[in-house]
Amino acid sequence: MLGLQDNSIFIAYMLSILSALGCIVYGLLNWNKGDNDEPKQIQEEQNWDTDEQKLNETL
Amino acid sequence: MFLKIIVTFAYIAILSYLAYLGFKGTKNSKDYLIGGGEIHPFIMALSYGAAFISTSAIVGFGGAAAFFGMSLLWLTFLTIAVGVFTSFVVYGKRTRRMGHNLGAHTFPEFLAKRFQSTKIQKFAGSVIFLFMPIYAAAVMIGAAKYFQVALKIEYITALFFISVIVAIYVFFGGLKGIMYSDAFQGGLMFFAMLFLVVFVYTKLGGITQAHASLSELITKSEVLAQLKSCKMPPTFNGWTAMPGFMSINWLVVVTSLVMGVGIGVLAQPQLAVKFMTVKSNRELNRAVPIGGTFVLMMTGVAFTVGALSNVFFFKSTGNIAVIEAKGLDNIIPLFLDTYLPGWFGAVFMIVLIAAGMSTLSSQFHAISTAFGHDLVNIKDKSEKQQVLINRIGVLLAFVVTFALAYYLPKIWSGAIARATAIFFGLCAASFLPMYTGALYSKRISRLAASIGMIAGFTVSLFWMLFVHFKTATALGICKGLCGVPFLFKSSKIIPFIDPIVVALSISILLTLVMTFACKQDMDQEHIEKSFNGI
Repeated sequence: MLGLQDNSIFIAYMLSILSALGCIVYGLLNWNKGDNDEPKQIQEEQNWDTDEQKLNETL
Repeated sequence: MFLKIIVTFAYIAILSYLAYLGFKGTKNSKDYLIGGGEIHPFIMALSYGAAFISTSAIVGFGGAAAFFGMSLLWLTFLTIAVGVFTSFVVYGKRTRRMGHNLGAHTFPEFLAKRFQSTKIQKFAGSVIFLFMPIYAAAVMIGAAKYFQVALKIEYITALFFISVIVAIYVFFGGLKGIMYSDAFQGGLMFFAMLFLVVFVYTKLGGITQAHASLSELITKSEVLAQLKSCKMPPTFNGWTAMPGFMSINWLVVVTSLVMGVGIGVLAQPQLAVKFMTVKSNRELNRAVPIGGTFVLMMTGVAFTVGALSNVFFFKSTGNIAVIEAKGLDNIIPLFLDTYLPGWFGAVFMIVLIAAGMSTLSSQFHAISTAFGHDLVNIKDKSEKQQVLINRIGVLLAFVVTFALAYYLPKIWSGAIARATAIFFGLCAASFLPMYTGALYSKRISRLAASIGMIAGFTVSLFWMLFVHFKTATALGICKGLCGVPFLFKSSKIIPFIDPIVVALSISILLTLVMTFACKQDMDQEHIEKSFNGI
């Protein structure tokens, strides 16, 4: 199929394209899911960012 | 050539300007990150993709595909299904949450804080500091090989040129993770690869016709004679077929190239830290489609075009790619220089610099933090001393990387793919079981994690030095100690199995056995804190 000798290469070829399409579908379905909404969580993220900035400044 | 030089300088000017913009932007708004701003998922995905895909994938693995054929497309599938989807969704989300719960900023620190052991941090830091240069060398070789062919200069001159650009980029801004340049480079890589695949398929008369022409090659007697002269085993069935099951070629393609890199990507320290830079799982969800498409365009195109280059070479010279280019790592550079329009050669040169630069900057960032943050405790030292220690670490690694990039192509044809697989395999065997356990098991103990890590690392190193035919022969330690280039010489299977298969299996087994056989050695409060919000 598609001029390929072996079915297993055809499967790999199609799976590569389908897995990328799968990634697109997953992203679209979950586009707005998983946001931080708790104030405590946001505070934790901010503390982590401050430390990360300090680390990067020494590099 | 004049055009190539002009385009290169224009690119460096744009990059410098973007770097300046990024640097200025961050400095003037210190609260950019703190004040609820966020790294855009598009930038995170491109930055992850550009760090993952490098000249190693395009030149090294593209060249390997020209030799082994389209069976490498299984690696493309794994890089998307495992390298992007599993990585982001299964590992990324928990790594981000747990990393923030524990206040970890590097991969070794993440493991150390999760298992409350500074020894784990130092061990993991040492593995990164000592072995990451092998992978960095692979990336540098890829870029230097293209420069060698495109500018018709000596390899050492090309390597020196690349090193200077890398040094400037890494030392004066690359380490700060400038997002503008990452996005610019990622975008550039995407469109160049898109053009490349459209061009190649069009020139060969469409997708099916192109594949059919490649399939036909194996039926020609002169091709069979050439394959014999380059020691291709008879189990090779053509460029659009899988090699014979469990044959030497099959073992190399499946265990080293496909599994080594396809699974090894999950435990890459320089990639895992990127998950911690995003604000929420929503950003990771949004990064999945961008990452998947980007990686398909990079590896899928490189491997397909690599294999199809044989049709171009055979039609015009009567030789298959590996014979015409005299070595796997020269195939993609020679193909692009010979068959693509002149302007594309110039554009592709900067694509390769972009691909190399984004990966090398994340590699040297990982090396630098492994040295300054994980290995040597610099927190108590003055700021000046901290910067100095970090620079010494990076400089040492840079010198070793340069030496390896000079030396490795002399001992291996296909040095890029081999060196990449070595590092990916070593990381997977050492860290993957404990990393997975850290994210998913409240039962895994410090002892179980440590034993799995040490066993994976030791077996991997032993297999490389004494058993695997390519690495053991090249390093010569087995020959010196045992009198033979590699052990199990009479076997047609064992020396061709990649270390990752044996080492990762042992590491998984020991981690599991120890987890269920031994008592938990960390307090419950710490475990609950690690899993808070997961």
